[in-house]
Amino acid sequence: MFLINCPYCGERDQQEFKAGGEAHIERPKQPTELSDDEWAEYLFMRKNIKGVQFERWNHAHGCRKWFNMVRDTSNDEIKAIYKMGEKPPSQ
Amino acid sequence: MTKNLRVKSSEYIDETNRISFKFNGKTYHGFKGDTLASALLANDIHLVGRSFKYHRPRGIMTSGSEEPNAIVQINPDTNRTEPNVRATEVEIYEGLEASSQNCWPSVEFDIGGINNFLSPFFPAGFYYKTFMWPASFWEKYEFFIRHSAGLGKSPTSSDPDIYDHRNVHCDVLVVGAGISGILAAKNAAKNNFKTLLVDEKNELGGSTIYENNEFNKIDNKTPSEWLKKEIEEIKGIKNLEIKTRTSVAAYHQYNYLLARENLTDHLEAKDKTNKIRQRLLKIRAKKVILATGALERPLIFNNNDRPGIMLSSAVKKYSEFYGVACGSKNVFFTNNDSAYESALSLYNKGINVEAIIDIREQSESKIVKKVKEAGIKIYWSHSIVDTIGYKRLNSVSIMKLSIDGTSVTGSKISISCDCLGVAGGWTPAVHLYTQSGSKLKFNEEKNVFLPNQNKSEQISVGSCGGDFKIDEIIKNLNQKLKDNLNIKETDLDNVKVEIDQENSKRNIWLLPSDKPLGKTKPFVDYQNDATAKDIKLALREGFRSIEHVKRYTTTGMGTDQGKLGNMHALGIIADTAGVKMAELGTTTFRPPYTPLTFGTIVGRNVGKFFDIFRRTSMNDWHVENKAEFENVGQWKRAWYYPINGETMHQAVQRESKAARESAGILDASTLGKIDIQGSDASEFLNRVYTNAWSKLAIGKCRYGLMLNEDGMVYDDGVTTRLGENHYIMTTTTGGAANVLGKLEDYLQTEWPELDVYLTSVTDHYATASLCGPNSKKILKKIIPDLDLSDENFPHMSFKEANIGSIQCRIMRISFTGEHSYEINVQASYGKDLWKKCMEAGQEFNITPYGTETMHLLRAEKGFIIVGQDTDGTMTPIDLQMDWIVSKKKYDFIGKRSLYRSDTMREDRKQLVGLLTDDPNIVLEEGAQIVSELNQSPVEMLGHVTSSYFSPNLKKSIALAVVRGGKDMMGKKLFVPMENKNINVTIANPVFYDEKNQRLNA
Repeated sequence: MFLINCPYCGERDQQEFKAGGEAHIERPKQPTELSDDEWAEYLFMRKNIKGVQFERWNHAHGCRKWFNMVRDTSNDEIKAIYKMGEKPPSQ
Repeated sequence: MTKNLRVKSSEYIDETNRISFKFNGKTYHGFKGDTLASALLANDIHLVGRSFKYHRPRGIMTSGSEEPNAIVQINPDTNRTEPNVRATEVEIYEGLEASSQNCWPSVEFDIGGINNFLSPFFPAGFYYKTFMWPASFWEKYEFFIRHSAGLGKSPTSSDPDIYDHRNVHCDVLVVGAGISGILAAKNAAKNNFKTLLVDEKNELGGSTIYENNEFNKIDNKTPSEWLKKEIEEIKGIKNLEIKTRTSVAAYHQYNYLLARENLTDHLEAKDKTNKIRQRLLKIRAKKVILATGALERPLIFNNNDRPGIMLSSAVKKYSEFYGVACGSKNVFFTNNDSAYESALSLYNKGINVEAIIDIREQSESKIVKKVKEAGIKIYWSHSIVDTIGYKRLNSVSIMKLSIDGTSVTGSKISISCDCLGVAGGWTPAVHLYTQSGSKLKFNEEKNVFLPNQNKSEQISVGSCGGDFKIDEIIKNLNQKLKDNLNIKETDLDNVKVEIDQENSKRNIWLLPSDKPLGKTKPFVDYQNDATAKDIKLALREGFRSIEHVKRYTTTGMGTDQGKLGNMHALGIIADTAGVKMAELGTTTFRPPYTPLTFGTIVGRNVGKFFDIFRRTSMNDWHVENKAEFENVGQWKRAWYYPINGETMHQAVQRESKAARESAGILDASTLGKIDIQGSDASEFLNRVYTNAWSKLAIGKCRYGLMLNEDGMVYDDGVTTRLGENHYIMTTTTGGAANVLGKLEDYLQTEWPELDVYLTSVTDHYATASLCGPNSKKILKKIIPDLDLSDENFPHMSFKEANIGSIQCRIMRISFTGEHSYEINVQASYGKDLWKKCMEAGQEFNITPYGTETMHLLRAEKGFIIVGQDTDGTMTPIDLQMDWIVSKKKYDFIGKRSLYRSDTMREDRKQLVGLLTDDPNIVLEEGAQIVSELNQSPVEMLGHVTSSYFSPNLKKSIALAVVRGGKDMMGKKLFVPMENKNINVTIANPVFYDEKNQRLNA
């Protein structure tokens, strides 16, 4: 059970949060211009890394804010947490 | 015939408080402070159970939670019964009853004991190998196997006890209150750390509290005296909380630990009522100090499992702490000095010690000398080759060990005894340490796995960290505390310790016998009856991984999780396979450390709190009017209102007719409501719904369909424009929370530039939906001054009005196809509104209807229910709702997916109406639809999604999804059922009032 440092509320128990999959996948601005393959890439394709992964998390039972987390999926170490729209930390 | 083996008064046993209890139906006596095990031993009872596979008689082996044999059923046949409880952990109380498990008809005479004599036929993997053929017979085998196996019995009636959960936060959590734990907690708390100290026992002090080895001194006191002074001192420290009878079950990542606090298990039945029995502590600790100690190892030799064979440390604890002698003729068998302490403990109380058998060649420590001086016979370089006595040990046979320790020589000596204390060294209790994800490393010198790489903020101190001698413990503990807690000085800096040096060790994982291994029974896992030869057999059969050997032989898989024998199993594998222990590694230790009751795990979430219900503010009225309820999400919704013993069908038929012929009323409060405000609210709706929203006038309502990005229908509902920048959206009852979550996600992550704010107001409003040709007249009676003309208040529009002093929002919208109004008031006025409607509607025979009638009425109109007629694979095109998909909008959620090659296929399943050729047959929802009856395998075209008998049309109607159904209007198909084939025809899904004339009736 992680202890997650919500950028708006501070440290909270994992129970209050919801994971939202891979981060930094931007919704295409002009979807209609995309081929089926390009759209499928956005819609379906997600990484599943053993190691450092960039993820979206939501403080669902708290401030309801979305934010990003860098987590090592092999040992669940949280490397960084930053707000939506902020630049991801360099590797 | 029972003997009294209480030999000495103990400060931990209150001999003025005599307690009677029953074991296997017979009454015995013990004293306050006894465990069931110590009380039974005081009555000279060793035989308490039978082993799992061979049904061998087994006795009490340990004095703690690692006990593999003495597991009993507590209070059998009552609602407080508990199986598989370790007798060594049960504190006795007046009226306690316990019984043996896994034996029939009794522990003294057990039919299953025949397995013991058949044991050559029960090797490892016996069940896998034997019951494979023929495969179809497994069910029959299983019946008998399950009948003869199995440990205790689960309670059959409901648990009368209360359980609780509590969140605990601390700076430092110290697990284990032996000498290390107490010193660690004291120094942490004194340095301003908020500290919690927990121990599974009811007394603090661990094993040091009865440590009276005269050659060990701390500040010139015996360790026991010195520690008692420390314990007195810590009881007064302010920011130190101490919890006894509290066992840490799990150590998760991020220093999150679960502990079970036992509050009433040691009390008499009359004192248990209305109290919390056990509490699960959910602990978040900034730092964790593990002081979990070490478990004594047994030795693995032939027939090492007889009642009367115990750990040497347990013999000592029963003697020193409980004042109980485990036997009247005692023998010890050891590979280190600790058995000598136990022997002296007995000797000093005048209890007979016959001999000590030591596999070492010699030892020069002071304590050994003292034992020699006492005249106790020591057999150096000897090993036990067999033990005799079925239900109680009565002698051991010993022989001289060869120099390399692999065989025995010379002649056999028999020593008569009724108790054998076995000392095989110590295994650090690293279970919690590894649960936290930290890694172990094998220490060749000490023959133990020790903490190596800490995963979180934690340290292991004392013997669980590999320090077994008091001088090492205090010195290393002091340094670790200073480093970890950043302390400069402690009161341990000047503590003077003198100890008796032990100078020789000898470790042999599997001791030889004069008989070949195949003819012996050296048990490694006592509870599961796994022997050394089973492990060797597994290796011969090709198993290499320790995890595989464990599962094949079931070593370490009992309720005790192999706390005693796991190290020996590893050692035997390493020796046999010729690999190093370090390379072999250990099996994974998993939570819980000791078993937890289900009650503790679920806490208060039982009965009506198991899953909470949401109820509308009209709920009381529905209950008073005998409504039947159905669960929709977490809501309890009125399903139908039977009168005069009506069946559901009869009630729904009556309700449906009334709603169309005069007036009906529905509690629609559960629909999700989201308040949307902001200057970009219209743009936002444009992006989330498939249809256009910018031109919706203030005061108007519109139905919207929401898709997922994959183009599939996600939710639907009516949204009303309350003002220039203000909308109220309704969602399906079950989808409300997810829709809000999804909209928030898009707003925050994809379109942060939009000025839009979302607020869930589902619970803030109560909604009565008034429908039917007389609904207008009823509303007129309630709000006389509101102009209800079609010009002023047309279909799909909204008005604010007052009912008396109650403000309300009224939407003229319809889910039934009838002229209808949805009246929203503040939730607290819901029941009042409902009663007013009922009162005003009385002259029109207003009929309350539930969700079932609502479903029927909308099906007559062909309106979909998201989640019933859709299943996450239906696009709006599949639903024949092309009209709601805007062609003009550049983008909305899911738009691009509607043009994917897959979503554009013509042969997708599409929503159609379905009529049975016989109008009286009502199809089953979920029934399959086919075009050919004689095809094999038959091709499924689709299935029925909604089906009702319509009282208004006087025929059966259904909605269905059918492959390519859109172009199959009028086509004859079949619905094959178990005993008949139903002929059906594809029809227009709008069955009733296709021109929508009734909306303005």
